[in-house]
Amino acid sequence: MRQAKIARNIALGIENLLLHKLRSFLTMLGVVFGVGSVVAMLSVGEGASAEAMDQIRRLGSNNIIISSVKSAEEEQAQASVQRSRISVYGLTYQDFTRVAASFNHVKQAAPVKLTRKDSRLRERSMELRVVGTTPQWFDLVPREIVAGRVLMQADEDERAPVAVLTEFGARKILATEAVIGQTIRITGNEFKVVGVVKSESGQAGNIQIPDQEADVYIPLGVARTYFGDISIRQKSGSMEAEQVQLHQIIVQVEDSRYVEAVAAGIERMLEQFHNKKDYAISVPLALLRQAKATKRTFNIVLGSIAGISLLVGGIGIMNIMLASVTERTREIGIRRAIGAKRRQIIYQFLIETVVLSTTGGLIGLGVGVLIPFLITYFSGMATVITLNGVLLPLLISMAIGILFGLYPAMNAAKVDPIIALRHE
Amino acid sequence: MDGPSAPRNGQEIVRLENAHKIYQMGTEQVNALAGVTVSFERGSFWAIMGPSGSGKSTMMNILGCLDRLTSGSYYLDNQDVSRLDDDALSELRLTYLGFVFQSFNLIPQLTVQRNIELPLYYLGWDAARSARRAKELAEEVGLGDRLHHRPTELSGGQMQRVAIARALTNDPQIIFADEPTGNLDSATGEQIMELLDKLNQLGKTIIMVTHEPDIAAHARNRLHMIDGVIDRIETGTYETGKDRQKHSAGH
Repeated sequence: MRQAKIARNIALGIENLLLHKLRSFLTMLGVVFGVGSVVAMLSVGEGASAEAMDQIRRLGSNNIIISSVKSAEEEQAQASVQRSRISVYGLTYQDFTRVAASFNHVKQAAPVKLTRKDSRLRERSMELRVVGTTPQWFDLVPREIVAGRVLMQADEDERAPVAVLTEFGARKILATEAVIGQTIRITGNEFKVVGVVKSESGQAGNIQIPDQEADVYIPLGVARTYFGDISIRQKSGSMEAEQVQLHQIIVQVEDSRYVEAVAAGIERMLEQFHNKKDYAISVPLALLRQAKATKRTFNIVLGSIAGISLLVGGIGIMNIMLASVTERTREIGIRRAIGAKRRQIIYQFLIETVVLSTTGGLIGLGVGVLIPFLITYFSGMATVITLNGVLLPLLISMAIGILFGLYPAMNAAKVDPIIALRHE
Repeated sequence: MDGPSAPRNGQEIVRLENAHKIYQMGTEQVNALAGVTVSFERGSFWAIMGPSGSGKSTMMNILGCLDRLTSGSYYLDNQDVSRLDDDALSELRLTYLGFVFQSFNLIPQLTVQRNIELPLYYLGWDAARSARRAKELAEEVGLGDRLHHRPTELSGGQMQRVAIARALTNDPQIIFADEPTGNLDSATGEQIMELLDKLNQLGKTIIMVTHEPDIAAHARNRLHMIDGVIDRIETGTYETGKDRQKHSAGH
């Protein structure tokens, strides 16, 4: 019964608003744009941050990544000397042993040695990034195995010349041929392909995801023996040689609680053994936290913009409703004379405002869902529409109707029927 | 206050006792009603007459529960309504009274049916029952085929019929008519008066404000006001010679 009455009131409100279609539409336009922009902005923001967080999470939230970097002094020295010279920097095998052994909460660690080498399979050839590492690598940076197996401790112990390719690399170099058991030549050395893993690439924050599309993984000992620690690059007339033992150490901590403490410990330890700052420590967990903080800031900014646009929409509605009350003074007088109570007049106008603002909210929602869809379609940017991102603006638009409708409705209720009936 | 002056007559529907209404106009006080004591019987037909400023409109607003007395008492059907609040007065208007105005006061954006249904909406009737009642009343005033027209598509006489139908919707005890023929030509006015006469014969109490003696002649009782007090009360049908002249001139 009560529901039927509310439904009837709403129906009458809609009927009344439909008498002035253009005016009603223009009135709700502010809310349409307000809600539309909120929904669209939220979904774009949500999409961007979800993508960033996913990438950071893929680095492993329990991991610490230590990378070799050429220190600033080294860079300068090399530039000023202007002739061939070997610059020595970065992480050492000893660093790895120390890091892996010295901390209680370190579960496991993997050393990474990177070189770029021409690899060929019969007549096909391409440059691959050769990653010398230990079997732990595949635990720390989990990748799906497409075929065969990953590296094993036995490979390391026996210095076996075996290689694991990425799916993308495998396709490039081996084309249609069966992969496992093939032999590829990496600068003259033969390796037997024992497995293929899924490839992944990209950036997370400013850390390079620790594998790339065209990687080939070989045992660290083999890499060291075959390729040594010195790499030489041709560079505009001069040669540039670098001696780096390890390019990365990936450390996995038992529990995310200890990640930051262990990272600080590693930092202090490396400080002791390196006289230059030729390493960098990045902690995905810290990045994740930072990304969350950024997202929060972003949400506050978006929220304020949204709040302002909805406020403007609400004021627009209030303005028109105030004018409408003045215009309908006589109608209000008639209703009051017939026996409508003040409360019922308030309801009548409030329902009209809420219907207006909610309809505006719904149209805005439609617009707001369409925009991210178009953005994704045309620019490929990820957008995410969450339930909150939809319900919140809708509830807010309803609340705006009540908030900004209350004052005009009260004005309407204050109309004195005697004066109103004389109103022309 | 109401102890010694309790209602005495079972037939009485309206009684004012020493009714005062004072308006504040700037610094000046206007005594719109300056001590009126009068009583109307159930089923009677009264015309309240007087020049503008005599207090007849104020009288109408007070009796119609649209306004409250400054002092004095108003008994409506033996109930003292002079101290009731706004909601209670609204409720009285809704259930007990019907109004017909000079300028019809229909809501222009609503159809005839919706206008007639209006009191039922506030009485909480459902849509189907309201529609039936509206149709019934529209037929009674001879507008059964105009239900879905808007007031702007009707003639003055038709609009006033709709207003009368609306005033009847809640089956009121008293119908208040404020210059009901003021905006109509005399022939149409006469038809409207016939309708009111018929309603009076069916037992409705009618209280009408008018300044036209011709129209007032339909009422069995005529109350003449001047300067906020009762000048004289006439009872019985009458037609002055002047009125008769005017009447024949109109034809």
